[in-house]
Amino acid sequence: MSIYQCLKLALKSISGNKMRSFLTMLGVIIGIAAVITLVSVVQGFSNDLVSTFDSIGTNNITVTLNGRGGNMNIKPEEMIQLADDNRDLFSGVTPSVTLVGAVVKYGSVNISSSVYGGNEEYAKIKDYAVANGRFISYIDTTNRNYVCVIGTYVANELFGMSDPIGKILKINGSAYTIIGILEEEGDSTETSTDNMVIIPYSVASRLARNSRISSYTFVATDSASIEPAKSIIEDYLYDIFEDEDAYNVSNLSELVDTIEDLTGTLSTVLAGIAAISLLVGGIGIMNIMLVSVTERTREIGIRKAIGGKRRDILAQFVIEAIITSGLGGIIGIIVGAVLSTVLAKLLGVSGGVSLGAIILSFSVSVLIGILFGYFPAAKASKLNPIDALRHE
Amino acid sequence: MIELCDVYKIYDEGENEVRALDGVTFRISEGEFVAIVGKSGSGKSTCMNIIGALDVPTRGTYKLNGTDVSKLSDNELAIIRNKTLGFIFQQYNLIPKNSIYENVELPLIYQGIPASKRREMVISSLERVGLADRLHHMPNQLSGGQQQRVSIARALAANPPVILADEPTGALDSKTGKDVMKFLMSLNESGKTIILITHDIGIAECAKRIIRIHDGKIVSDTQNIPKPENLE
Repeated sequence: MSIYQCLKLALKSISGNKMRSFLTMLGVIIGIAAVITLVSVVQGFSNDLVSTFDSIGTNNITVTLNGRGGNMNIKPEEMIQLADDNRDLFSGVTPSVTLVGAVVKYGSVNISSSVYGGNEEYAKIKDYAVANGRFISYIDTTNRNYVCVIGTYVANELFGMSDPIGKILKINGSAYTIIGILEEEGDSTETSTDNMVIIPYSVASRLARNSRISSYTFVATDSASIEPAKSIIEDYLYDIFEDEDAYNVSNLSELVDTIEDLTGTLSTVLAGIAAISLLVGGIGIMNIMLVSVTERTREIGIRKAIGGKRRDILAQFVIEAIITSGLGGIIGIIVGAVLSTVLAKLLGVSGGVSLGAIILSFSVSVLIGILFGYFPAAKASKLNPIDALRHE
Repeated sequence: MIELCDVYKIYDEGENEVRALDGVTFRISEGEFVAIVGKSGSGKSTCMNIIGALDVPTRGTYKLNGTDVSKLSDNELAIIRNKTLGFIFQQYNLIPKNSIYENVELPLIYQGIPASKRREMVISSLERVGLADRLHHMPNQLSGGQQQRVSIARALAANPPVILADEPTGALDSKTGKDVMKFLMSLNESGKTIILITHDIGIAECAKRIIRIHDGKIVSDTQNIPKPENLE
């Protein structure tokens, strides 16, 4: 008997018992939908986290100096020199000064903003782009020029429609000339990254309370040079401080690895739990196939009497089980895709079901059909035609 | 073409054994119309199962067209049932969820005949029993006599040389039963070998040869001049 005939038979049997077939499929539908939803939501969450860190820069090495009782004897120039001496490992470095909650004022308008101090490489390292005007230059940092580059939120709030470039605003009382505007990074709201002002680090260190620069961001040339770059910095700092607690050298890629590990484990565990419902679904299929074999004993007897071979009967029932579970799988994939899209929206994570997950779960559902359909089908195929014909 | 030689069929061998067939030997040649007659429990059904390749003898040989059927595998038995034998059952044994057309088509599907040729064969077979206009009816929409004709059409569809009829009139009233017997006789005229299993001697009188079975043994094997009028 051809596959086509088996398919026709199976579809006929399934559509002849719609309610029962649907309830049988339900186990597989719930299982597959649960696997797809859980895995894709966790995956979306993990991707979001990783891409957040990626945008900060996974090749960035952050150096924080705690100093030793205020004895801070490293100048920014020394750190920049360290990077310059190892150009094969470092592609850039910037001192990094952060001042949260600075008062930025233009005319009579006051806003609270974050002020960052950096050098000419700061924009490149932090992945900011200038939309209008120019960024801080080398000269600005060495001459301690009171210039600043502002985010779109600051530009909108203080200047509205007029062009801010060349205007002078006040940060914590000192006057700065606006030389550039950054491209919109977030959504131009107060809490987004667009609410910021960047000034030369040499000026910023004066704004900071103790007028010292305690943070640097180095950029490794590639992921392979992160480790050697870190040890060069660590060695250099140890020579100066002779105390490992005086500084901290860290890199985000370690954190990203940890997060990926964690979410990977999480999604495996969740998928495992969901897979249990798939197993239950498979047993449901086996159960109903056994009922179906008993109900159709006489039919099986007739089929055998007029020339149906063992494998014809086997194929008929296995294919029926495969179609039941495969159909359940397809419905489950659709339900899962819809559910994970809705959930992703609600949770604010990036959604999307991977093709791999769809292929995998469809294969699993077909496999369940084969696995749990085989036993009832084998039972049917081994029926003795004489007994089967006598069955009422 | 059918040759049973000292065939035994013994259930529960040992102390409480039941000898359904107890050393049966006979031959049936091509084109014969044989009735195997016996009371219930006489072993005639077992005999039919063995001739029909549904069962194998405990001892003895059964040769069909020269091949020893008792040594064949399940698969080979299925092929014989499909190509060499056509079954007509007392209870018609149509598949209730399949249409008349699909029921008659079934043996052809198992034979692997392509769809277009199948259609031709199904229709010509249903024409022979006069039901070609009922292709898409379901079995339960037909009368008993019509259902039995469908089962005859199914038995004929693959054009097997031997037709095995197990109490074909058992579930029918005498009028339709007579029609069925007349049809079997005409089939025999056209060259089919027909083996009829019955307990009703009146029905058996339609055959050209009557084998009587009692307690698993043949008690008589006689030629007969068909007397269809006994059916009344």
